[in-house]
Amino acid sequence: MLEHFISALLALSANKLRAALTMLGVVIGVLAVTLLVSVGDGARAYLNNTLSGIGSNLLSVMPGRTETRGFGPPAQGLARPLTMDDAHALARQATTIRGVSPMVQGGGAVRFRNRQRDTMVLGVGPAFSDLRNMHVDTGEFVREEDITSRRRVVVLGRRVVQELFGDESPLGQSIRIAGGRFRVIGVMEPKGRSLGFDLDDLVFIPATAAMDLFGLDHISQLVTAARSKEETSAAILEIEEVLARRRNGERSFTVQSQEDLLKTFGAITGAMTMVLLAIASISLVVGGIGIMNIMLVSVRERTREIGVRRAVGATQRDILWQFLLESVVISTIGGAVGLSLGATIIFLVHRFAPDVPVVLSPWIAAVAFGSSFVTGVVSGVVPARRAARLDPVDALRYE
Amino acid sequence: MSDAGPLMEVSALERSFTLGEEEVRALRGVSFTIERGEYVALIGPSGSGKSTMMYQLGCLDTPSRGTYRLAGYDVGQLDDDELAALRNRFIGFVFQSFNLLARTTAVDNVALPLRYAGVGMRERRERAREALDRVGLGHRWDHPPDRLSGGERQRVAIARAIVTKPALLLCDEPTGNLDQKVGQEIVRLFEELNSDLKVTVVIVTHDPAMARRARRNLKLVDGSLVHDGPPLEGH
Ligand SMILES: Nc1ncnc2c1ncn2[C@@H]1O[C@H](COP(=O)(O)OP(=O)(O)OP(=O)(O)O)[C@@H](O)[C@H]1O
Ligand SMILES: [Mg+2]
Repeated sequence: MLEHFISALLALSANKLRAALTMLGVVIGVLAVTLLVSVGDGARAYLNNTLSGIGSNLLSVMPGRTETRGFGPPAQGLARPLTMDDAHALARQATTIRGVSPMVQGGGAVRFRNRQRDTMVLGVGPAFSDLRNMHVDTGEFVREEDITSRRRVVVLGRRVVQELFGDESPLGQSIRIAGGRFRVIGVMEPKGRSLGFDLDDLVFIPATAAMDLFGLDHISQLVTAARSKEETSAAILEIEEVLARRRNGERSFTVQSQEDLLKTFGAITGAMTMVLLAIASISLVVGGIGIMNIMLVSVRERTREIGVRRAVGATQRDILWQFLLESVVISTIGGAVGLSLGATIIFLVHRFAPDVPVVLSPWIAAVAFGSSFVTGVVSGVVPARRAARLDPVDALRYE
Repeated sequence: MSDAGPLMEVSALERSFTLGEEEVRALRGVSFTIERGEYVALIGPSGSGKSTMMYQLGCLDTPSRGTYRLAGYDVGQLDDDELAALRNRFIGFVFQSFNLLARTTAVDNVALPLRYAGVGMRERRERAREALDRVGLGHRWDHPPDRLSGGERQRVAIARAIVTKPALLLCDEPTGNLDQKVGQEIVRLFEELNSDLKVTVVIVTHDPAMARRARRNLKLVDGSLVHDGPPLEGH
């Protein structure tokens, strides 16, 4: 086998320029597969990372009922709002969760002296910090007493501190949020951007204070988490039970898990990767047609050679393998070149633009290599069969 | 196969081709027998069917009617793979236009038949070098065809034909592309191989001098055998 492989290489080296040009199609095809799929995979890895970065085994409870677990806010038809009492009930009764925080979302102008910024205002409880992996850098986070006494205190995101205070220390200062006066008790650690959202551009206030501020008698959602990955389903059941009991069995709320979200994102990015792969394989098909074309020309040019080989004892199968192997070798070398080019480009991207999420996973390499092999076989079959079926006498008489 | 019978037995052999509507009868019922070790010239005017006969004798083609037996095998009854095996084992071809593989050294050209005989790489090269020595080209073993003269190329082709130690050497106008002096050397080489290796030689030729050197001549005219015997005088 090795020997046949070497003969194929020799046959190709006889016409290097032609072999190189023939390969070019496959090189480009495999390069396209490698790069496009790497982008798709990179996007998936990026989403996974960021979604895991916001905490683990997260669960959120929203008002309203959805039949299918999915994306977006549940339909509000049967909505019966969630309240602080629901949060307390869960905190007291549920054993499979590790903390509950109410969450009230709002927005408004945050003002300190003459400086002002429109930002997101989150009303939360003390558990929020650990659940969402967002920690205080200096000062304190919202405490239980702040909730019970509906205190008007605020913890600022980094961005807000920069914009409103510059170098000045904000701790103990008094600021205005949507008209109400709040005292700064803490500053958050910088978190950066995630999914296009600036996690430093927000402020936290006690959920009760937020309800007062925005004139609400309910909360937007409950944030909690299962104690472990294994307990996720148990936690969901328990939450549903506790909340349904408080609603006379009526399930007018939805529990959504981080895992569901990850799965949904995974499905989306997976589909995207497949679409990219399909697009890239078109160029591979074009490359394959190029190989087939050149192999047909080569069979014609080497008709006499085929005649001689048959005369000295080559069987049809010998001839078939000879040309098939040539086609596979051409294509696979093209694939290897394309793959190396792709890997080099990805390496350079990592090196010089580390923020761009591209990932060269082993399966891409396998797919790229495998598909160039398959391309070689598929595009070699027709020429090789034509060569094998030549009549020996016709081949020898061929001018 | 039996060593007892004649090497080749052709009886009432016909070969016709259909060209569109027309039927071309290239061989019209030819019969003869050739024993092991004979040296035979196949002659006749252009288009008389000599090459067609060679392809039949060389198992590259099969009869339309009649039979051809080579070493006891009824060639008309064999399938494609068996024909290939038969060619590989019993026959060496020498063509007018050498038909060497380009960009392939002499030794690798000579070794080609051994490859299809399943001989290992090392032994192949050894035997190919021996065959090249036999035709007096041992020193040129690593030359590709385009760095050899016409006569040398034909010697390489002859080495390739004898490397499997075949029973039969079939040569279709082997000197047609060579000048007279070189042609004579090649003919002498065939004669040597015939007497030294006891290989049966059948040569197609237009050259009367070459035909006369053979002990036996077969003459075809219009696809029929018109003479089978010693060289004709005054050809
Ligand atoms: N494949 C074919 N199809 C149709 N006709 C053929 C074919 N092969 C040979 N012939 C015809 O058979 C006849 C004999 O051809 P062949 O090549 O055997 O002649 P030849 O004696 O070798 O001639 P030359 O001395 O010119 O080589 C010719 O008329 C030729 O046209
Ligand atoms: Mg002829």
